[in-house]
Amino acid sequence: MDIDRDLLLLMLRRMWMIRNFELKVMEVHAAGEFTGAAHPYIGEEAVAVGACAALEDTDYIAGNHRSHGHPIAKGGRVDKAMAELYGRVDGYCKGKGGSMHLADYSIGILGESGILGSSVPVAVGAALAANIKGEKFVSLAFFGDGASNQGALHESMNLASIWKLPVIFVCENNQYAVTTSYADTVAVEHVSDRASAYNMPGMLIDGQDVIAMYEATVAAVKRARAGEGPTLIEGLTYRYEEHSLGLGRVRRGEYRTQEEIDSWRKRDPIDILEKTLISQEIATRDECDAINAETQAEVERATDYARNSPFPEPSALFEDMWADPIPFP
Amino acid sequence: MTQTVFIEAINQAIAEEMRRDENVFIMGEDIRRAVYGATANLLSEFGEKRVLDTPLSENGFFGAAVGASLVGMRPIVETLTSFMWVGMDQLISQAAKMRYMFGGQATLPVVYRATMFYGGGSAAHHSDRSYPMFMNMPGLKIVVPSNPADMKGLLKSAVRDNDPTIVFEDGTIFGMRGEVPDNEDLPQGELIVPFGEAKIVREGTDCTIVGIAASVNLALTAADQLAQEGISVEVIDPRTLVPFDKQTVLESVEKTGRLVIADPAHKVCSAASEIASIVAEEGFWSLQAPIQKVASEQVHIPYTPALEKLVYPTPEKIIAAVKRTLDV
Repeated sequence: MDIDRDLLLLMLRRMWMIRNFELKVMEVHAAGEFTGAAHPYIGEEAVAVGACAALEDTDYIAGNHRSHGHPIAKGGRVDKAMAELYGRVDGYCKGKGGSMHLADYSIGILGESGILGSSVPVAVGAALAANIKGEKFVSLAFFGDGASNQGALHESMNLASIWKLPVIFVCENNQYAVTTSYADTVAVEHVSDRASAYNMPGMLIDGQDVIAMYEATVAAVKRARAGEGPTLIEGLTYRYEEHSLGLGRVRRGEYRTQEEIDSWRKRDPIDILEKTLISQEIATRDECDAINAETQAEVERATDYARNSPFPEPSALFEDMWADPIPFP
Repeated sequence: MTQTVFIEAINQAIAEEMRRDENVFIMGEDIRRAVYGATANLLSEFGEKRVLDTPLSENGFFGAAVGASLVGMRPIVETLTSFMWVGMDQLISQAAKMRYMFGGQATLPVVYRATMFYGGGSAAHHSDRSYPMFMNMPGLKIVVPSNPADMKGLLKSAVRDNDPTIVFEDGTIFGMRGEVPDNEDLPQGELIVPFGEAKIVREGTDCTIVGIAASVNLALTAADQLAQEGISVEVIDPRTLVPFDKQTVLESVEKTGRLVIADPAHKVCSAASEIASIVAEEGFWSLQAPIQKVASEQVHIPYTPALEKLVYPTPEKIIAAVKRTLDV
């Protein structure tokens, strides 16, 4: 394998970080430590981690509602992410965004959108800026199989293609939009087939294989930086948990079988990478376990950080509305 | 001073700002060939990279403007109010909300120039005067120029402002001529009209009329006729609705004791409604008569001129409203 060992271990670390972050979120959400929706990314870690490993800090990403994994994959801070979920002043957005709106502009995370497909035109705009300025940064948009039916995505793919913009469209096909199967809602066999309508390459990738996701994104980034335009990558993956925390208590109908869940869990993305690393003698079992333990400890510290951070003062209600402030009515 | 047509003032503002700052670029439908006139000669001066013809994809390119603004560009988007509905998600979910939602990390110096073509038989789909809907949404600055000089100066301010701004350009006055100062005659070398500063267009003592966009000019026509009847009205142009200079209006009402608001938007939850509410809350003891709104009727815009002319504010409706406040 011609991928640097440090990068492989970094990808493993980020996948464990996401997994352990999400497990902790599920635990503290169930304990009532914070309110609101949260959408676990467990099972899909390889898609964001593989894609973001192909990017530089100066490249941009935009995410969606299921978006704790994206900033962690891009190198974001779990303490600030956790504090945001707790609604505290030390959160990424000072508690104003919450789970669905993490952002870190210092490392190119333009922010996440709870309206699906809506962040994709924004990512296209960042790439347009690269084109106008003659700079080499690229922009990557994450969206799901559900959002692949949004007009915003289709308009974005067309714009990116006609202007040959450095955009990587990454579809995380986790099979379901809440409870609705993509097979029932997407008119083509694969979301990646839609690339042909916009004259760009469409790549169908095993989204449980972080190395495959990484290599696909490297190719797309290379193409983008060379001025050859956008690429659509579909990572086939699976959401282990329910659509949103808390939804399991109110959902009335079954939409997937335990057998299906089990079959996907047998192809766990972290397990797949660890087996590769161990079988190719890139890392030992102990080294992999140590990464798991270290990320668990970091998530614990992040949770303490979040719990100890204060809630915003009432005066914060009127902060951050404007860059050039005006009086409030 | 030079007599300048409204649409030329728009063109001057865009060209001057694009010359001043290479991060300013413009995108929209049919702008390279300047189908509405405001973007004339921009392509030849600034080239294809900074003058972008877009496909019919408002949600796509409204959002692309947001994204470009987030990473240091200053996009100007040309559109019509009629097409804003198609791109609403990007205007609301992204442009308006991003900065607050991300705790102040996002800065969006993006300008949407939305032309309001109404009054010319364009029917219900192409006659929108939709600024009140955007006033209701925090996060957007809203500009409503009524003459060429303000149009130029406010658009230049909008480009320099670091927040998302919608400039509602009143198509009924695209051909209006007015004095626009030459840059060399101005102490700072250019015309900048700041946001949040209303202008007292005409001083008077008996009644205050606040006009929105082209209705300022209707109010001035009304004021001329009322003057012949011995009624002195003060005409105020707020120029920007967000921010809104309530102090100038409240001080005027304190002097006149009466308020009429002329607003081409539909009357329910209009700009006039908000201004009336401010004066009712904060200027009530100055009032000697009920506030009068002269806004568009709460119907869609009919195509036939026989009916369309009944919808909007007119000098006659404004005169009648002023007289109601004076009980004459």
